[in-house]
Amino acid sequence: MYNHILSIILFTPLVGAFVLLCIPGSNKTAIRWTANFFGFLGFAVSLPLVSWFWAVKSLPGFKFMEGAPNSWIPTIGAGYYLGIDGISFLLIMLTTFLGAISILSSWSAIDNRVKEYYAWFLVLQTGMLGVFMSLDFFLFFVFWEAMLVPMYLLIGIWGGPRRVYASIKFFLYTLFGSVFMLLAIIFLYFFHHAQTGVFTFSILELYKTAPLLPAVYGPTAAVLLFLAFFVGFAIKVPMFPFHTWLPDAHVEAPTAGSVILAGVLLKMGTYGLIRFSLPLFPAVVHYPRLRLAMVTLSIIGILYGALVSLVQKDMKKLVAYSSVSHLGFCTLGIFTLNTLGLQGSVLQQINHGISTGALFLIVGILYERRHTREIAEYGGIGTVMPVYATIALIMFLSSMGLPLLNGFVGEFAILQATFLARPVWAAWAVPGVILAAAYLLWLYQRVFFGKVENPKNAALPDLTPRELATLLPLVALAFWIGLYPRPFFAILDQPSKEIVEMVEHPKTYNAAQPLKAAQVAQSAVESTPEAVR
Amino acid sequence: MFFLHNLWMVPLLPAAGAVLMLLFGRRLGKSAVNAICVGAVLAAFAWSALSVAQFVHAGEPRFHLSLFTWIGSGAGQLMVSLYGGGQAEFVVRAGMLLDPLSAVWLLFVTGVGALIHIYSTGYMAHEGGYYRFFGYLNLFMFSMLTLILADNYLLMFVGWEGVGLCSYLLIGFYFDRHSASTAANKAFITNRVGDAGVLLGSFTIFWLFGSFDFVRVTELARANAAHLMGTPILLFATLALFVGACGKSAQIPLYIWLPDAMEGPTPVSALIHAATMVTAGVYMVARSNALFVLAPKTMMVVAVVGALTAFFAATIGLVQNDIKRVLAYSTVSQLGYMFLALGVGAFTAGVFHVFTHAFFKALLFLGSGSVIHAMSGEQDMRSMGALARKIPITFRAMLVGTLAIAGIPGLAGFFSKDEILWQAWSAHNGEFRILWLLGVVTALMTSFYMFRLIYLTFFGQGRMSHEVEHHIHESPRSMTVPLIVLALCSVFAGYLGVSPSIARIVGLHGQTNRFEHFLAPVFENHAEASASGGVVKEEAPEEESTPIEYGLMLLSVAAAVAGWMSARRAYANTAQQVREPIAIAAPPVYRTLLNKYYVDEAYDYAITGRRALGSTRLGAIGAGEALWKFDARVVDGGVNGAGWLTRFTGRVSSWWDKWIIDGLGVNGPAFVVRMMSYPTKILQAGLLQWYALVMIFGLAGLLWYYLFHLAH
Repeated sequence: MYNHILSIILFTPLVGAFVLLCIPGSNKTAIRWTANFFGFLGFAVSLPLVSWFWAVKSLPGFKFMEGAPNSWIPTIGAGYYLGIDGISFLLIMLTTFLGAISILSSWSAIDNRVKEYYAWFLVLQTGMLGVFMSLDFFLFFVFWEAMLVPMYLLIGIWGGPRRVYASIKFFLYTLFGSVFMLLAIIFLYFFHHAQTGVFTFSILELYKTAPLLPAVYGPTAAVLLFLAFFVGFAIKVPMFPFHTWLPDAHVEAPTAGSVILAGVLLKMGTYGLIRFSLPLFPAVVHYPRLRLAMVTLSIIGILYGALVSLVQKDMKKLVAYSSVSHLGFCTLGIFTLNTLGLQGSVLQQINHGISTGALFLIVGILYERRHTREIAEYGGIGTVMPVYATIALIMFLSSMGLPLLNGFVGEFAILQATFLARPVWAAWAVPGVILAAAYLLWLYQRVFFGKVENPKNAALPDLTPRELATLLPLVALAFWIGLYPRPFFAILDQPSKEIVEMVEHPKTYNAAQPLKAAQVAQSAVESTPEAVR
Repeated sequence: MFFLHNLWMVPLLPAAGAVLMLLFGRRLGKSAVNAICVGAVLAAFAWSALSVAQFVHAGEPRFHLSLFTWIGSGAGQLMVSLYGGGQAEFVVRAGMLLDPLSAVWLLFVTGVGALIHIYSTGYMAHEGGYYRFFGYLNLFMFSMLTLILADNYLLMFVGWEGVGLCSYLLIGFYFDRHSASTAANKAFITNRVGDAGVLLGSFTIFWLFGSFDFVRVTELARANAAHLMGTPILLFATLALFVGACGKSAQIPLYIWLPDAMEGPTPVSALIHAATMVTAGVYMVARSNALFVLAPKTMMVVAVVGALTAFFAATIGLVQNDIKRVLAYSTVSQLGYMFLALGVGAFTAGVFHVFTHAFFKALLFLGSGSVIHAMSGEQDMRSMGALARKIPITFRAMLVGTLAIAGIPGLAGFFSKDEILWQAWSAHNGEFRILWLLGVVTALMTSFYMFRLIYLTFFGQGRMSHEVEHHIHESPRSMTVPLIVLALCSVFAGYLGVSPSIARIVGLHGQTNRFEHFLAPVFENHAEASASGGVVKEEAPEEESTPIEYGLMLLSVAAAVAGWMSARRAYANTAQQVREPIAIAAPPVYRTLLNKYYVDEAYDYAITGRRALGSTRLGAIGAGEALWKFDARVVDGGVNGAGWLTRFTGRVSSWWDKWIIDGLGVNGPAFVVRMMSYPTKILQAGLLQWYALVMIFGLAGLLWYYLFHLAH
């Protein structure tokens, strides 16, 4: 099991989806139980990885590697090639964890086409997990695109009134970005061939040639390729100004869809920036104007998202715009290009998954009871649903970065790292912290405080045990990361060090760094153009 | 040394109380809640007192307790400034630091905190959410103790935000009242502005020194004093920290939340918004004294902001009618004094005023709570009067508090306030004497508004309704005992810090300024600072300045007495209608003061945007609305436009395809061919009769041809 743990984690949800197909659609209870079983199983099979990974967290490079480069379609050099480092490990755990919770949260919210819903949900899980595990660009791209389809269907079938518009917008927008990325991948593929005489999509191999781009084709070409990747990732994150698909998708998506969308899917963008944009274009990310542009977009995202959140009338839209603000912190952390910023960024991605995931669950719980997300419809919920209000308060506080809860640690690390990179940037980003308190507390006041003035709210039942079960794990995690984030930093120490090393001193093919990969013939090294050596 | 070495128990005790309340409070009875929550704080007080005793006994300059590494990145060194050694690891250890400064805070916070907890058992006895209230109070104690005992900026920030959260929760305790929840939000968000300052300050400190640790930062700052003196980066760091202090300690321009915070239950106002939390800003500045003395410009800002706040808040306090609001503005004003002291470099004097103020202001608030309790919840002094005989213990206690805050000799406030005024006079060779003047005028106003409060509440005619009057009763012992204890402290606390000149009059030689001697190790940077022209030594050459000092002392006493006497003239015999001398003399001034200089309104228009100027909104909400429109129309408009353009292009090419390519190019030639084939087609209709007819006509035609043409 140890050697195939990644494949097991990757395909458990997919197996679940096939099992679901074998159950008659009319037997909703059986489907729900089965789906929850596989949701939980998906999380359970990822648990051994925790202790196994902890033991090897300080080893360099990727761990738990499976398959081989070029093993899938040898003629074009595509491989089933998996492996993880600390960054992907945390995101994988987040995915399996939130996946189980989302599936549990859908129990009563979804009542039509139950079978299809859960099946697609499980397929989505596999798609996302694959993105975080792939060490082969071809495989990565397959998962990256494959994951679009289930999400498209989840929004388009089980969504709100404007679901068709939202799902098509989501699909096309993301696809638009992916096309550029695909072109860039193909370019790097041929570039690698030009340098080494080998056709391969192996990311580890491309790492060694892509940094040579500026030297061979000049900085403009390198910047263009960087931007091609960047568009794909920035849309996914989403960074300003590519964010407008997000509020629509969130508002229309069913609760569980929003949880996964915010919790995991957006992280594919930031993950891409860390995993690909930085190591593939180490010179480019150092270009002052380009870096300034990236940082500026991040800061605009932070402030813009927060300010727009402030005036939303729909709770889900508010949380969606707050995601734009939070993800701004994550991208800001990435472009500090120092270890602390990367650690803070990844931790903040996890935190955002926990806090915003919980916020969407919280909104969903209210929506299930009242079928409206209009803030003005509520008021005085604290009196009617005290347990719910308490948990909501904790997660609101976690989202606004209160110390001893998770959000603070990540935000602080990012801002400190930003300050070390350039104090002015930190000074611009810090008001985001103030605004976060403003929009969240104002929302809290309008929903939970005051007297119950709307008679429809007078008799709302407090949390059911199932709802409590979806929220409490998130609360516990929020406290854990807030009180003792050491293990998370420890897991991120090695990969962030490596990525900063790759950005500062890229190891490319040259005489001093002979090839070791077995599948690349020795002759390929010798045929490397003189200029590159 | 058991207690000292287990100092972590002090914050942990109330934390445990808070957690128990959160989890099981709903199921517990009032006596169980009292036992847990009051017990926890009493135990924390006892533990603190024993720890401090052991600390003093040990005679070390400081006691440090390292607990665990809280946040720590092991990913390698980060670049920091050369003062911090060029590079540093980002590691934050949770640890506790007990030195004289934190010891002072520790004692009065747990002591006053315990008294207020006891008081609350009486005050809140008939309120809903009893366990919730005590849970929040215990959570507050935990946060405040974390703030005080933290050994680094980041852990202090944990307590700093924690007390802010508890303040938010307790201001909004009556959360079904809109005004209460709005005040709670205002408090939290205003404080967040300050917190942003603390964050930026901490970032700078880490960049400068590669550490958040108080001891290390202080050491490095003192060691590099000559290089750091007056540098812009230090100016930035200290100003940023001071912004934080302005938020927490309600200084201009961030004081606006404190008066509104009176929406919370009165014990909360006493504990959080008078005695303890609001002094956190003073604590932080005093804790960072090694940095502040190296930034003379910041010191000047601190002094000026402090003096102005003291003055302006006092002017507003002159005309407020709500008994708690008077005390709230008084708190803002007294905090201003403390910052004035810090700003002129008299750290000990500032801390001493924090110490004495904690007692008499807690006393005054609790006394006002007792009055409100007696008055069935009425807070408007215009509906009070003649209570002195009906609630005698409360009256006497509040009188003591008033005498203390007014600066009447012999009580605590006199010693500390006088010390501050003297330092303001003498600091920087008298450059700041204008601030001293503001301080003296403020002292006069303080005396005036406090005695106004006493006269309106306890003297004159009773102006309450008959029913309320019927219910007036002295508070239960759980409330009066804390009042008595605090009254005693308000009298005697001042004798810990008797200045040499006063000691000489009353013959306390050898007993002078224990407070200063105790705190001296914390503020040991005067040599470097004064060498570079920063701050005068606190122990000014006594002999020469004594006559002036006595003169100034007499002057401030005269101011206090003048304030008292004018309040007495104006309010002592108030009948059914309260006559405001300021309203009679200058109505516009009165209106401006009553409306707090319209600052709240200005903020709502310009900064929050909660109020609209006609149809336009400014501030954050205005910006949000504008950006949202921008988002929908421009950004998303662009996206939808791109979508529309794509569909439009599709439609155009579909039209082109259909009419031009397919129409002209493909179907066109076909049409031509079809047209051209038409005649042939007609012939080839496939009907036998038609063929026969054509044949007959053909034959007929041929026949005709032959017959007529060939025949010719």
